[in-house]
Amino acid sequence: MAITEAKKMTTLQVKRFKPSENPTNTFLTDEKGVWAWMTTVDHKKIGIMYLVAVAFFFALAGFLAIALRTELWTPAKTFIEADTYNQLFTLHGAMMVFFVLVPSIPAALGNFILPMQLGAKDVAFPRLNLASLYIYVAGAIFTFAALASGGFDTGWTFYTPYSSDSNAAGVIWVTLGVFILGFSSILTGTNFITTIHKLRAPGITWDRLPLNIWALYATSIIQVLATPVLAITILLLSFENIMDIGIFDPALGGDPVLFQHFFWFYSHPAVYIMIVPGFGIISEVISTFSKKTVFGYWAIALSSLAIAFIGFLVWGHHMFTSGQSAVATTVFSFLTFLVGIPTGIKIFNWIATLYRGSIDMKTPMLYVFIFLFLFSIGGFTGIMLGALSVDIHLHDTYYVVAHFHYVMMGGTLIALLAGLHYWWPKMTGKMYNEKLAQISAVLIFIGFNMTFLPQFIMGAQGMPRRYYNYIDQFTPFHQTSTIGSYILGVAFLIILYYLVKSLYSGEKAPSNPWNSRGLEWQSTSPPDFHNFDHTPVVINGPYDYHKPMEEFQLGLAVSHNGHDAEHASADVNKTEEKA
Amino acid sequence: MGRLFDFMLPDNKSPLTADSTDGLFHFINEVSLIFLVGITIALIYFAIKYKRKSEDDKTPVITHNNTLEITWSVIPLLIVMVVFGWGYSGWLNLKAVPNDAYEIQATGYKWNWNFNYENGAQTLNELHVPKGRPIKVVMQSRDVLHSFFIPDYRVKHDVVPGRYTYVWFQAEETGESVIFCTEYCGTSHSDMLAKVIVHEPDEFEQWLELNGGGIQGTPVEQGEQLVSLQGCQTCHSIDGSPKIGPTFKGIWEREQQLTDGSTVVVDENYIRESILYPGNKVVAGYQNVMSPYEGRLSDDEITNIIEYLKTIN
Amino acid sequence: MANHSASHPAHVQHHFVDSDQQFDSAKLGMWVFLVNEILFFGGLFCAYIIFRAWYPELFTQAALELNKLWGGVNTVVLIGSSLTVAMAIRSAQRNEIKGLRINLMITILLACVFLVIKYFEYQHKLHLGIAPGSYWNPTPEIAAILDHPKANIFFSIYYVMTGIHGLHVLVGIGLMIWLYIRAGKGHFSAEYYTPVEITGLYWHLVDLIWIFLFPLLYLIE
Repeated sequence: MAITEAKKMTTLQVKRFKPSENPTNTFLTDEKGVWAWMTTVDHKKIGIMYLVAVAFFFALAGFLAIALRTELWTPAKTFIEADTYNQLFTLHGAMMVFFVLVPSIPAALGNFILPMQLGAKDVAFPRLNLASLYIYVAGAIFTFAALASGGFDTGWTFYTPYSSDSNAAGVIWVTLGVFILGFSSILTGTNFITTIHKLRAPGITWDRLPLNIWALYATSIIQVLATPVLAITILLLSFENIMDIGIFDPALGGDPVLFQHFFWFYSHPAVYIMIVPGFGIISEVISTFSKKTVFGYWAIALSSLAIAFIGFLVWGHHMFTSGQSAVATTVFSFLTFLVGIPTGIKIFNWIATLYRGSIDMKTPMLYVFIFLFLFSIGGFTGIMLGALSVDIHLHDTYYVVAHFHYVMMGGTLIALLAGLHYWWPKMTGKMYNEKLAQISAVLIFIGFNMTFLPQFIMGAQGMPRRYYNYIDQFTPFHQTSTIGSYILGVAFLIILYYLVKSLYSGEKAPSNPWNSRGLEWQSTSPPDFHNFDHTPVVINGPYDYHKPMEEFQLGLAVSHNGHDAEHASADVNKTEEKA
Repeated sequence: MGRLFDFMLPDNKSPLTADSTDGLFHFINEVSLIFLVGITIALIYFAIKYKRKSEDDKTPVITHNNTLEITWSVIPLLIVMVVFGWGYSGWLNLKAVPNDAYEIQATGYKWNWNFNYENGAQTLNELHVPKGRPIKVVMQSRDVLHSFFIPDYRVKHDVVPGRYTYVWFQAEETGESVIFCTEYCGTSHSDMLAKVIVHEPDEFEQWLELNGGGIQGTPVEQGEQLVSLQGCQTCHSIDGSPKIGPTFKGIWEREQQLTDGSTVVVDENYIRESILYPGNKVVAGYQNVMSPYEGRLSDDEITNIIEYLKTIN
Repeated sequence: MANHSASHPAHVQHHFVDSDQQFDSAKLGMWVFLVNEILFFGGLFCAYIIFRAWYPELFTQAALELNKLWGGVNTVVLIGSSLTVAMAIRSAQRNEIKGLRINLMITILLACVFLVIKYFEYQHKLHLGIAPGSYWNPTPEIAAILDHPKANIFFSIYYVMTGIHGLHVLVGIGLMIWLYIRAGKGHFSAEYYTPVEITGLYWHLVDLIWIFLFPLLYLIE
C-alpha cells in the first residue's frame, strides 16, 4: 500500500526537505516581546505559556503537599491548625486536578506537538486556543479570590451538604472558578477534534496517525462529553449556595447522593482526561528510544478509545459506600474491571515493543520505565479498589490516596516529564544536562515510592484520608512518607534548575537529536513560525524505523512558505479523503 | 494466616464480615505481585539485553501478533472476573444482616457518635456490644455526610442526612476496636473517633441494665448528663480553655460580642436560641459550624442544660 | 502571515489551505460544541427525570401553575425564528445580502418576543411567591393548590432550566446582531458565510432544547 501511495505522491512532485541545523527564523524570533506573546495565536507559544502556568501551579500545589506532609510528621499538631490543614489539602487537590493534571499534557505539550505531528500550521481555531488560555487564567483568578474571601475547606470533591454549609463565599468563588476552567478544557478538546479531522497533511491517513494523536483524540472526546456535565453540576451547586434551590441539600428536600453521581460522572472520565494523553507520550518515546515499530499499533490506538468510552460508565465505583442502589453498585463494579483490560493491553504492548529493539536509556526513556513500573502498581491497586468487598474496607483511606497518586503522579506526571524531556530540544532548541536529568529521575523514583508505598500499608490498616490528627500506631508510616516527599521536592528543584539553565547556556539542539521518525522532528529546532517551511507529505507510518530517514522528510516540491503553493496540496488532501 | 501480605491488614476481629474481604485482598496482592515481578524483570532484562550498540542498529519489524494480544487480553479478563465474583459475593454478605442481629441506633454529627440502645441507654463515642452475636448498627446523620468505619471488622458505610444506612458485624473476642469517621466533615473530622467495646454476653447485659432508663436526677444532674451525651464538650470546654466554640466556664450572664458587632448578655433565651439555631447569633471570633438542635432536644431538656450551665464557674 | 494572494482570499485564515477546509472545520467545530451543549442541558434533564421519578404527583400538580397558552405561543415564536434563520442562510448562499439582513432582523425580533413573554411569565409567578428553593413563599391560594412539600424543588428546576435556556437565547440575539452589522459591512457573500451558518446551527439547538422543555415542564398530565 505504501508503494502505491508513494507513486501517487511522486506524480505530485514530492521532494526531500532536510531541516536546517541552523535555523535563522524560528517561532521564537518571529514575534518578540511580552505583548506579542500575550496576543499570539501561535499554538507553540500558547503551549509554552500553558506549560509555564502549569509549572507554576504544580510548584504551588507541590509546596502545599510538602506543608501537609510536614504537618503529618507528628500525630497531633505539628505547626498548623486543623482548619488551615483542611484548607491546604483542599487547595492541593483542587489545584493539582483542575490546574495541573487536566491541562498539563493536552494543553501544554499537546498544543505544541499536535499540529506538528499532523503537519498543520496551527490548530483549527487559533483564537479559541488563545481564549482557552485566558479562560484558564480567569479560573485561576477566581480561585485566588476564593482564598481572599476566607478560603474553602470542602475537599476538592465539594460534597454536599458540607459544601453548602461551610464558608459559602469561598466555595462559591472556587466553584465558579472550576466552572470557568471547564470551558478552557472544552475549547481545547473541540479544537483538537477539529484539527485532527480536518487539518492533516497530505498522506496522513488514520492508520498513519501517531499514537500520541490517537491518545489526544480520545482525550478530547472525553473532554467534550464530560466537562459540560461538571459545568452544570457546579452551576447547580452554586445556585444551591446562592439561592438555596434545594436540589442537593437534604435540609431543603434535595439529595446529596445525586450530587455525587453528577460530580463523578465528570470526575471519573476526568481521570482519563489526565492519564490517556500520558499513554500517547509513552508510545512515542518508547518507539523512538527502541528504534522500533510500535508493537500492536491498533491495539494501543483503539484501547485509548475503548478506555474513553468505558470510562464514562464506571463513575459509581467512587460511591460503593455512599448508599447508591445495590444494582448500580454491582454494575459499576463489573464495568470497572472491564476498563482495566485495555489499560493492561497497553502495558503489554509497550513491553513487547522493547523486545529486540535498540534501547537507549536516555532520560525520556528512563521516565518511561519508571512510568511502566509505577503505573502498573497504580493499575493493580485499582483492581483492588474495584473489588466490592475490599473497597468497603479501603474506601476513603490512605490506600485510595496512595492509589491515585500512583496513577496520577506515577502515571500522568511521569509521562509529562518523559514528554517534556523528549520534546524539550524541539521546543526550546536547547539540550539539557543529561547527567543531572538522570540523577533527578532516579531521585524521583526513590522519593515517590518512599512517599506513597507506606500509604498503602497504613491505608489498609485503616488510616482514613483527610485526617489532621491520627492515632499513634501510624506514626512511622507517616514519617517515612514525609521524608519521601522531601526527596521528591529536591528532585523537582534539580529539574527546574537544569531546565532553566539549559535555556541560557544549554548546548544547541540538533533538529532531530533522537533520530526519531516522527513528523514533528522533521522540522528545525525550534520550529519555524509555520512549523515547516514546506507542506509535509507523509508516505510511511510514524514508527517505520526500518525505512530510511529521507522518506520521512518529504514535502510538496513546489511548496515553500508562501500560500500559493499550498493551495495545490489541498487537492491532494481532498482526493485522499475521497479515496 | 501466614500470608505474604498479612502485615498490611489490621487484626481480623469479626471473621463473618472480614474473612472474604481478607481472602480477596491477599489473592489480588499475590497475583499482582507475580505480574509486577514479571513486568519488572522483562523491563530490566530487555533494557540490558537490547541496549543500543550503535546509532546504526537495525531492528526487526514486528508490527503485531494477534495470538499474543488475545492471550494478554483474555487471561487478565478471566482473573478480574474471578475478582469481581469474589468481591460481589463478599459484598452481598456485608449487606445481608443475619435475622437475629442485635440492633443499635447510631447518630453521627459534627464531631461525635451517639449510640442508643433498646432500653434507652445512651452512650457517647462508645459502642458497647456483646461478643459472639451479630450486631446491626443503624445510622443517621444530623448534619453533613459522615462515614462509619471499623477497620478491625472491615465494615464501612456513609452516614447520610435524610436517610438510614446500616452496617453489621459479629465480634468474636472481647476488647476494644477503633471507629473512624471516613467522610470529611470539617474542622475536627480527624477527632471524630469512637471505640467499640466488646463484652462477654452476660457482662453486656449487666452494663445495659446499669445504663438503661435514660437520664435521671436533679435538673442540674440531668443537664450535665445531656451535655456529656450530646458531646458538647468536643467544642466547648468547661475549664476555660479555648476550643472550637466558646467555653462554658462562666458563661452565665457573661457579656458576649457577636460577629455583627452587637453584644448580648447570656441568659436563658440566648442559650435556648443558640442551641436550637446556632447560626443566628455567633460569638465574635468563632465560626458558624454547630449543627442546629431544632427538633432534637425537648424544652425540658434545654431547661435542664441551662440549669447546668449556670453552675459552671 | 503576509503574502496573501488571489488564490488565498482574505477571509481564509493563514493556517487553512482553502475556503472549503475552513468552512468544514468551522462546521465540525460547531457540531462538537453543540454536542457539548446537549450534554450540558443533559445534566439538567437528568435532574428533572430523577426528581420526577421520585415525586411524579408533584410534577403534574405543579405543571398546572405554568401557563400553557403563553408557553405554546413561545414555542411557535421560536420555531418561526428557526425558519427565518434557515432562510437567512439560504439568502447568504444565494448572495442576497439584503434578504440575509431582513431575515436576521426578523429572527432577532422573534427572539426578543420570546424573552418578553418569558419575562411576563416569570414576573407573574414571582408575584404569586412562586420562587425557587428557600425563597418559596406562595400566596395562600397558591399554597392551597400546591400543597406538596417539595413544590419548591419543581420550581427550582423550572427556573434553572428555563433561565439557562433564556440565557442562550440572549447570547443568540447578541450573535445575530453581530452578524447583522457584519452583513451590513459587506463581509458575507456566497463565497463566505461561515459565521451565519454556524450561528444558525446554534440557533436551531436553542430552539430544539425549548421544544423539549415545553412539553416536559408545561404539558405533563
